Parts: sequence; C-alpha cells; structure tokens
Amino acid sequence: MSNLVEVRNLRIEAKTDAGRLVEIIKGVSLDIADGEIVALIGESGSGKTTVALSLMGYARPGCRITGGEINVSGRNMAALSEKERARLRGTDIAYVPQSAAASFNPSSTIMEQVIEVTRIHRLMPAERARQRAVELFRALSLPDPEGIGARYPHQVSGGQLQRLSAAMALISDPKLVIFDEPTTALDVTTQIDVLKAFKSVMRAGGVAGVYVSHDLAVVAQIADRIVVLKGGEVQETGTTAAILSAAQHPYTRELLAAFEPKPRQAHADADAGTKQLLRIDNVTAGYGAVRADGLPLIRAVDSVSLVVEKGRNLGVIGESGCGKSTLARVIAGIHPAAAGDIVFDGKELQRAARKRSQEQLREMQIVFQYADTALNPAKPVEDIISRPLAFYHRLDRQARSKRVDELLDMVRLPRTLRYRHPSELSGGQKQRVNFARALAANPKLIICDEITSALDTVVASAVIELLKELQRELGLSYIFISHDLSVVEAICDEIMVMYNGERVEQITPDKLKAPTHPYSKLLFSSVPKLDPTWLDGLVRDPELVSQYGHR
Amino acid sequence: MTMARATTSRRSFLGHSYSLVGVVAALVILAWTLVAILAPYVIPHSIGDIVDDDYFGPMRQGLWLGSDYLGRDMLSRVLMGARYTVGISLAAVSIACFSGVVLGMIAAVTGGWLDTCLSRFLDAMNSIPSKLFGLVVVAAVGSSIPVLILTLAVIYTPGAYRFARALAVNINTMDFITVARVRGESTAYLIGSEILPNIIRPVLADFGLRFVFIVLLLSGLSFLGLGLQPPLADWGALVRENIGGLPFAAPAVIVPSLAIASLTISVNLLIDNLPQKIRDRDA
Amino acid sequence: MKSGVLNLVLKRLGIAAVTLLIVMFAVFFATSMLPGDTASILLGQAATPEAVAGLREAMHLNDPAILRFLRWLLGLLHGDLGTSYANEMPVATLIGGRLLNTMKLAGITTLLSVPLALTLGITAAMLRGSVYDRTVTVLSIGVISVPEFMVATLAVLLFAVYLKWLPALSSVNEAHSLTDLVRIYAMPVITLTFVISAQMIRMTRAAVIETLSTPYVEMALLKGASRSRMVLRHALPNALGPIVNAVALSLSYLVGGVIIVETIFNYPGIAKLMVDAVATRDLPLIQSCAMIFCLGYLFLITAADIVAIMSNPRLR
Repeated sequence: MSNLVEVRNLRIEAKTDAGRLVEIIKGVSLDIADGEIVALIGESGSGKTTVALSLMGYARPGCRITGGEINVSGRNMAALSEKERARLRGTDIAYVPQSAAASFNPSSTIMEQVIEVTRIHRLMPAERARQRAVELFRALSLPDPEGIGARYPHQVSGGQLQRLSAAMALISDPKLVIFDEPTTALDVTTQIDVLKAFKSVMRAGGVAGVYVSHDLAVVAQIADRIVVLKGGEVQETGTTAAILSAAQHPYTRELLAAFEPKPRQAHADADAGTKQLLRIDNVTAGYGAVRADGLPLIRAVDSVSLVVEKGRNLGVIGESGCGKSTLARVIAGIHPAAAGDIVFDGKELQRAARKRSQEQLREMQIVFQYADTALNPAKPVEDIISRPLAFYHRLDRQARSKRVDELLDMVRLPRTLRYRHPSELSGGQKQRVNFARALAANPKLIICDEITSALDTVVASAVIELLKELQRELGLSYIFISHDLSVVEAICDEIMVMYNGERVEQITPDKLKAPTHPYSKLLFSSVPKLDPTWLDGLVRDPELVSQYGHR
Repeated sequence: MTMARATTSRRSFLGHSYSLVGVVAALVILAWTLVAILAPYVIPHSIGDIVDDDYFGPMRQGLWLGSDYLGRDMLSRVLMGARYTVGISLAAVSIACFSGVVLGMIAAVTGGWLDTCLSRFLDAMNSIPSKLFGLVVVAAVGSSIPVLILTLAVIYTPGAYRFARALAVNINTMDFITVARVRGESTAYLIGSEILPNIIRPVLADFGLRFVFIVLLLSGLSFLGLGLQPPLADWGALVRENIGGLPFAAPAVIVPSLAIASLTISVNLLIDNLPQKIRDRDA
Repeated sequence: MKSGVLNLVLKRLGIAAVTLLIVMFAVFFATSMLPGDTASILLGQAATPEAVAGLREAMHLNDPAILRFLRWLLGLLHGDLGTSYANEMPVATLIGGRLLNTMKLAGITTLLSVPLALTLGITAAMLRGSVYDRTVTVLSIGVISVPEFMVATLAVLLFAVYLKWLPALSSVNEAHSLTDLVRIYAMPVITLTFVISAQMIRMTRAAVIETLSTPYVEMALLKGASRSRMVLRHALPNALGPIVNAVALSLSYLVGGVIIVETIFNYPGIAKLMVDAVATRDLPLIQSCAMIFCLGYLFLITAADIVAIMSNPRLR
C-alpha cells in the first residue's frame, strides 16, 4: 500500500426524524500520501466533516458507515471493532475540532486534557508528556507556554484554545491529523496566527493532514491538494494550484467566482447622496452599572458619529467585540444610547424604540444575522411577511395576500413557499424571507447585521446581488454590518472601521488598498487571498500585531 | 430518548408518527374520561345502597367488582370515583396551568420589577411542600369540592409559572421577538402570537405531568381522610375506606388502586410518546 | 474569582432568608383561618360565654393578626414554640422526641436511596438504550406514577401479609435488639426509598445523558477514551450541578412521603403528630410542625444550589 490513507467507495447513511434512511455520503474515494495535507472543501451539508470523521472510524449519532473501505496505514477502519478503533484514535489519527471552546471539558485543566491521550494509551510517563506539551505550546507560539496548562479552558481566548487543541492532537505523534474547520470561528487577525502555527508544526513533523473548510482562500494557504465535495459526492480533485487556476467542475468554478471582487459601480444618478438620511453624533452606549456622569460602566460604543446619505450604503466593519452589532441595535433603538443624538430623515429620533412613532419605526428596519432565530418557527412564511402589512399599512386580507406574492417575487422565492414553515426552508431561503419581512414595511433604511455570515459563500454572494438589485429598484439605503471585508466591499459606498467601540477610520472602497490607520492596515492585510503563497509571504508589523491583535 | 424512540414501533399517519404505547395510553385516558362523564347514567346501584350481606365480598355476577366494607357495590363506587378524581384534578390543573402560564409569559416579556416580585413570591410559595400545604389548608377551611379544586390549583400554580416563564424567557431572547418589539407590537400580541405558539407543546406536556401530580396529591389527601368526605368518595378515599380488606386482598382495596395507577401511568406514557411531526416530508 | 463565588452564595442565602419570611407568613395565616373558635373548642360544649371570653383574652385571640404573627415570630426566636391547645404541654416538648424519630427515618432513607439512585441513574445513562436502561426507566416511571400509599400498601401486602417477614406497624419503643430495629424500620424505609429513588434516578439519568452529548465528550471519544472514562471523567464532573439539584429535590419528596408513611405504619414521628394535630385543630402544634417541614425543605434546596455554585468550574 503506497498511500497513508486510501478511501474507496465510502457510503454513510443517516436516519431522519421519520426513521427513513438517507444516504449522505454516496461513494467517496480519496487518497492521502504520507506527509501530505489534503483539503476537503464544500458548502454546509456537503458531507465534508462526515467524511473526515469516518477516517477515525466514527460516525456521529444517527449516522452509520454502510459500505466501502477506509484504509488508514493499512487497516480498514470500517471493519475494525470499536475497541480496535479506540486504540488507533488519538495515537495514529488525531482530531482538531471546529469549536475548541466547546470541545474542552470545562471542569478540568488544559494540561490534563492535552496529555490525556498519553494516559489513555499509556504512551509515556506523565512527566515526559507534560514536557512534550510545553514544547508543543512553544512551537505553536502560545504565550506563557510553561503556565498556560494550569489554566481552565474558560480562562483562555478562542484563538489560543484552537492552538491548544492542535497541541492535544500532536502530542502522540500521530500519522494523520484531521482539522475540522479549525479557524472558522476566529477573527481574521487571529486566524493568521493559528494558520501559521498549524502550518509550521505540520511541516516540521512531516505529518499528514485532512483540512476541512468552506473557505478556499484559507485552504489555499495550507493544503497540497484539494477535494471538492457536494451532496456527498466528490466533484473534483486536484493540486491546490490546479484547482485555483484551472478548475474543471462547474461547482468549483462557482466557488471561485464567489471570491472574485465585484466592485460596485459608482452611482450614476446625480441626485443620490445629496441628502442625509441618517446622522448620528457622538453616540455612546454600553452595559453595566450607570456611572455618575450617566454613562455605562462598560462602553461597547464610544462616541461614534456617522452619516448615511439617501440611496447610498454605509458598511461597518470590525472584529468580534468591536461594538458594531451594538451600534446597529443603538440605531434601531433596541439598545437605547446613553448619550448622543440620532437624526433620521431630518427629525431627531428618541433613543428608545418604544418612544418612537410607528411611522419612524416603519421607515427603519433591521435584519438579523441568524434567520433561524429571526423567523418565528411556529408561523408559516405567509404570516411572517404579512404581519408588517397588517400592522403598518392596515391592508385587508386580500391585499395582503397579493402583496406577499409581490414580495416573494422581489426576493426571488417561488410563491408556493408561502405555506411553508421556516424549518422547511434552506439557510439562503430563510434569509430572503427575513429580508422580505423588512421590505414589507416599505422602509427607507435597512440595517443589515451580518446577514450573510451564516450562509455559504455561493449563497451569500447571491443574497448580496439581490440586495444591490433591490436597492436600484426601490432607492433604499443600507447600513451593512459585517466582519467580512469582501462582502462590505461589494455593496458599500463608504466603509467605517471600528475597533474597541470606537470609529477608527472611514474610507471608500477604492481606497481599500491604502488605509491610513494602523488598525485598518492590519485588518485589511489579514484577509486571506486565493494566492497559495500569500501566507508565507505575509510580513506583519509585530508591533501592530501586539497592539491590536487579539492576544 | 431518541434511541428508545427509534426502537419502539412507530406508524405514520397524517404527517405525524405515532407509537403503539402512546396510542394505548391515549385510549386508557379517553376511556376514563368517558367514564367520568357518563358514570351517573351507567352505574348499576346507587353509591350509598348496601346491596351485599357480606362485606369485602368477592367478584361475582351482579357485583362485578365485589362489595366494600359496608357491603356496597364497588363497581358503582369506582365508576363514580372516576368522576371525582378526574373531574376535580382536571379543574384544578386547568386553573393552575392557565394562571401559571399567563403570569409566566407576562413576567418573561415585561421583565423588571414585576418579574422579580412575581418570581420571588411564587418561588416562596413553591418552597412549601405540597402535601403540607394541602394538609393545612384543607384542614383549615374544610374540604368541599370547590375548596379542594382551589387548593390544588394554588399549590400547582407556582410550578406551572416557573416552567412557562423559563420557556418564555428563552423565546424572548430570540431575534423575532426583537423584530416584533421594534415594529411596535403590544405585549398582548407578543404573548399570544409570538411566544405562546412556540411553547405550547412543552406546556401541554407539563399540563399532563401536573395533572398526574394533582391526581396523586388528591388521592393522598383523601387517603389521609382530608379529601372528599363520605358518602362521596374518590379513588384515594375508596382505598382508605377499604384498607381493612388488605389482608384478604379484597377487590375493594385493589381495584381503586389499580384505577389510579392506570390513569397516572397512561398520562406519563402518553407524554413520553406524543405523536411526532415528521419534518422531512419533502426531503 | 473567589469573591464571585462568595457573592453568589451570599445572594443565595439572602434569597433563602426572604423566602423563609414569606413562608412563615403564609403558614401563620393559613393556620389562622382554621374554622371554629379555638377557645370554645378548648372549653368544650358546656362552657359559659364568660369563660370563653376570658380564655380568648388570655390567649390574645382578640389581637389583630399581625400582632399575633409578630408575637409568634418573637417566640420562635427565643425557642418558645407556644403551648399545645389540646393537652397544654409546651409544643417544644411534644415535638422533641418525635422530631428525632422522623430525622432517623429520613436519615436512614437518605443513606440508602442516594447511593442506590445515583448508581442506577448513572449506569442507566451509560448503557442507554439497553434492556437494563429500559427496565430502570419503566420501573421508575411506574413508581413515580402511583401514590405513596400504594407503594406502602403493596409493601405491607408483600412483606407483612404474604411473606410475614415484617410487622405491619412500627413502634420504636419495642426495639430491644438489632433485629427488632431492622424489622421496625424496614417497611417505612423501603417505601420511602422507592418513592424518592425513582425521581432521583430519572433526573440523574437525564443530566448525565445531556452532558454525554456535548462536544467535549465526543472529543474524548475521538481521543480513544473508553465508555467508562467518557462518563466518569468527562460527563459526570460537569453533570454534578444538575445531579445535586436532583438529589435535593428528590429528598424534599421525603416531606410528602413521610406524612403518608408515618400515618400508614403508625410511626411516632413528627408528621404523624401533625396529622393528629390537624384532627384536633391544635394551632400552635400545626404551625410549628409546618415550619419544621418548610425549614427542612428550604435547607435542602438552598444547600443544593450552593453546592451547584461551588461545583461550577467557571467560578473557581
């Protein structure tokens, strides 16, 4: 046997609620050579994690490996007994989970969990294992390598936990490491550090790897070969360079196309952008006890000012915890500001939504990130969209029904969808319904809070295109809040960068290449490019990183 | 639970799947409900009539369930007992759940001092053991049927409140509630149209559980002689009256016990085996 | 982080104190609603109106309720539980020995049922879906679904009537040897253990199963850990909070169970005393017994909450 991993015609079944069996992996075959890193890429539901886990002979509850061979260093994982599989797990094949924060046991110290593999399989004395762990911590450039092991998981940041879980995987010198979307939950500036650390330890040890991801740019930095999955089947396999430059399969091309920047045409119409729609001045908001000066103890938004002009879009970008979502809630009046003024369409707005007039509430709508929680699961789509029609416009039943059809057309959903419940829709469909509800109010401004973050790349770019189209037709303005620079770039006329509750800089998309503020520089330079040499060639100012990076 | 569910046999019908255990349990509950409604029209003897010369008579023709400690017809007494046990419990649980759920949803949506006061007070009420509460109040005010219903309802309102509030608080953090709020919707709309449809299933399951608790408490009180007063008798009181028949394993003491068990076990089994909606119908 | 725990514990104790006050208020007023005039009941039917009035005066029955409540509260603080109406003995004397009997019964039951229930609950969760698990689940549903008096009568039927191993009644004073003691306690303890364990088994099983589905237990599986290691090392420490709560909640069923069990087996404990006091409308005695039960209940749930707070690693 020449390859470390040889998967042949793998089939996995899952059981649905009704007890029906559905094949979710339909005959997948793939090879991994010694020391090679292979990426599994695809949208959610493509089966990439299921395939990766099957390499350990494991199928999540409700799933079952029904056919094929999974040869890992000469042993067929599918045919082994559970006891024999357990012997190989952690020793020959190790796993780095998607959310390290959830995958560490909260009631035990980090060191205890990192060296647990050596205890389970009696690989080395505990003292030796601890030394080895500290060496790995150092190699993964974790701060305080001697002391970090004594802490509990909740005392360590997300990026560090992700690296610690890599140490946990590598401690037994495995032949194969499975990375399951290990950087998806991280901010871009943190992602760079984690990726760099992974790459250097994998190279140094000559360890083979499987890297599961939905992000082509990230995969391009670390993988030797890429396997593209869709609907439980392999669509295309090739070296990273080949896939990026000469993709054959239409689905792969679609994935690549979603990456291409679609710069927004400058506004042709002269009258747009001449009048202010929304202006906020020195708005401050936060949480915790109110201090003597009337301001909250913890300030999530700190004297931020911004202007949105009619028919134009403002993007707000920043990493988690920078206060961008709080800013959205402050503008919408969900989280009343502690200080500052909000002027909407020429009139001063009350800080709390409760005190605003119905007309003011109607003209400013907010759309949330998770369509799952933004749509009432107990109501059909029809009821969800027609409520604003009844509430704001007092339409009768017939007029409402007609308008629901129009709105579904507008967001490019089939009319028959109106009878379905949210749980029967896909992620992209839900987000469109979510948006249709906002449109039903006939607003002037829509605040979009990370509305594409929970969607797959291809679906997200379709939603963005839809938003652009609707803007042209209806003359809307958007405030677009996101952590994803490419999304904001695609739709916004102005981009505001936030850091630590403050507005750092405001620039236009054409000047993205030349930000002036150091934090913007760091942020923009951290967004991965499709170029496989990007990570290795990236030079970052260490002073900047230590000042703004998330530890 | 999923594993156990997957192995018990389930059938599908009208977009729901049913388990055999659940169907049988539902039939038992239905049967007792019918008995409770129709009892006065079908009992062979009046519950006060002494029809047997012997006491603790065995089962035989005409006296299908034997006779009790005074020689009265047990079949009639058990059927009428169903009326009291089921009727009083159902009335009490309805009051308890209605007030508990409405208050719980209001507290969750309103928040602030109203929520704090209501929660603190009802939690304190909850820390009086139910049997003790029943004992004290029923002994204090006597034990007519309305007093029993009200006492049982008061005892179980805090629990229903706590349960509904916890569910409603979870729903209340969802973005669709925030969307409705910034739309300018009233509290009544939020409660009735956005929250209630999302908690109704667990609330109904809780209704069933609470019904079981109330049946058990009512039987317990009657067993202590503090529930229904003679000549009326619910199942708990029937066991108490005829406890003397225990050494002879008389049907008079066994049948009412079985009646209680069949009702409460059925409700519990039904809750564990409710019909499930099949969600992947177009997949 | 230590001060965070301390704050939470102090807050929990504060809540317990407020609750206690509300409960005392409720108990006092509930018992004050007892029908009939206590004075005339005490003096019997032959009493002259003058005598009744005199007694009312002496017992402060004419004072407003709030004043009587405060006087009663003050008495409690001094350890004065009042005097029984029925036999004019100090309530404290009546309760003393009886309380000890009930504590013994509750103590033995706890020692027996907690280890039993935890073992059954945890093993059922470990072997989830097996015949063993389903047997335990069905049996515990069965026991929860029937009234305590039925469990007791079944025990009598089986052990006293049919097998004739044990006496049907318990009288502590007749205990002369260890076997006597076992024979006396066996029946009430068996009944109570059944009643309490069922609830505890169900809740423990649910808590362990919940933690077994967390990502960190899956992670342990993918490290090659055995089933028992996953449960004992990873699931159990994190299920501790819910389990302690389950134990406390189930032990509080002791209060309800004890009332029935002491009555059925004629066991001379405080619950029997209270049931008798209700029959004679002995106000001070009912109040004191009710307070003791509420206090015990409150103590259990507060203690459980505090253990749960302390066992939370995020607060350590």
